[in-house]
Amino acid sequence: MDVELSVRDEARMIASILAGDREQYHELIRPYERSVYKMALSFMKNESDAEDVAQEAFLKAFRKLADFRGQAKFSTWLISITLNEARGRLRRQAIVRMESLDESPEEGGHISPALLRDWREVPSEALERQEIRQMLQDAIANLSPLYREVLLLRDVEEFSIEETATALAITTGTVKVRLHRARMMMQKELAPKLKNAGPRRRWFQWS
Amino acid sequence: MVIECKHVWDYISGYLDDSLPAETRELVQRHLEHCQICSAILDSTRNIMVLTADDQVFELPLGFSERLHARLSEEMKNGLAVPSEDAG
Repeated sequence: MDVELSVRDEARMIASILAGDREQYHELIRPYERSVYKMALSFMKNESDAEDVAQEAFLKAFRKLADFRGQAKFSTWLISITLNEARGRLRRQAIVRMESLDESPEEGGHISPALLRDWREVPSEALERQEIRQMLQDAIANLSPLYREVLLLRDVEEFSIEETATALAITTGTVKVRLHRARMMMQKELAPKLKNAGPRRRWFQWS
Repeated sequence: MVIECKHVWDYISGYLDDSLPAETRELVQRHLEHCQICSAILDSTRNIMVLTADDQVFELPLGFSERLHARLSEEMKNGLAVPSEDAG
């Protein structure tokens, strides 16, 4: 997450919230609203469920704030709570999307990337187009949970490998393996589609 | 020592994170210098990572923040931030 946030004295904010200045919690979480929502949306796949999960996560974090011992960063802890909330919600909704079946045959196997002869950089201005944003959201949402979690933390939230490992309670080695596979899956899925997303070819986007 | 494309593919993520051992990095680097396909795979993967990290991809719904803080205020009136029984 944003580096400049680390200069905020979150430990002191948390201490004063616990000491009774609860209003400060509003300020404490403000920088993380987007992160928590993104995380939730990637799991829930619709805005209203994602908003529910995000709200629940912030409420839970508030209720459990005294359990936060500063062993990790507050943001890492908050994201773990969001993950648990999203996972729990999916379980309750009994959404079984064959993910466990999708996962096992590929686990440990090799993912071949999409082969390209050259790559024309897709600038971030391309994200002004809704269909490109949707393409990225869908690609993330379609990853199996194990890969999605790691990719979200590392590449969307920009956690370090170590922070990702802490948030997910897995080893850094596992983070690296899953991250690699997640990125290759993203490349495989998106590169052929985005290849035509650059300005040069935009007039051929009719299909 | 020379490595094949499909071995290079296994190192793309590590290469981008700069987490490869020096000698592996060197091998990959040398391969990339002359292999157009692996370079394109690397470039596209990096490009996709940059796009994925962009804040524009996930926009907060209108009123998200207001609704969240209203709900929190409601909670603060009732709930107390005290150590909880279940840490799970």
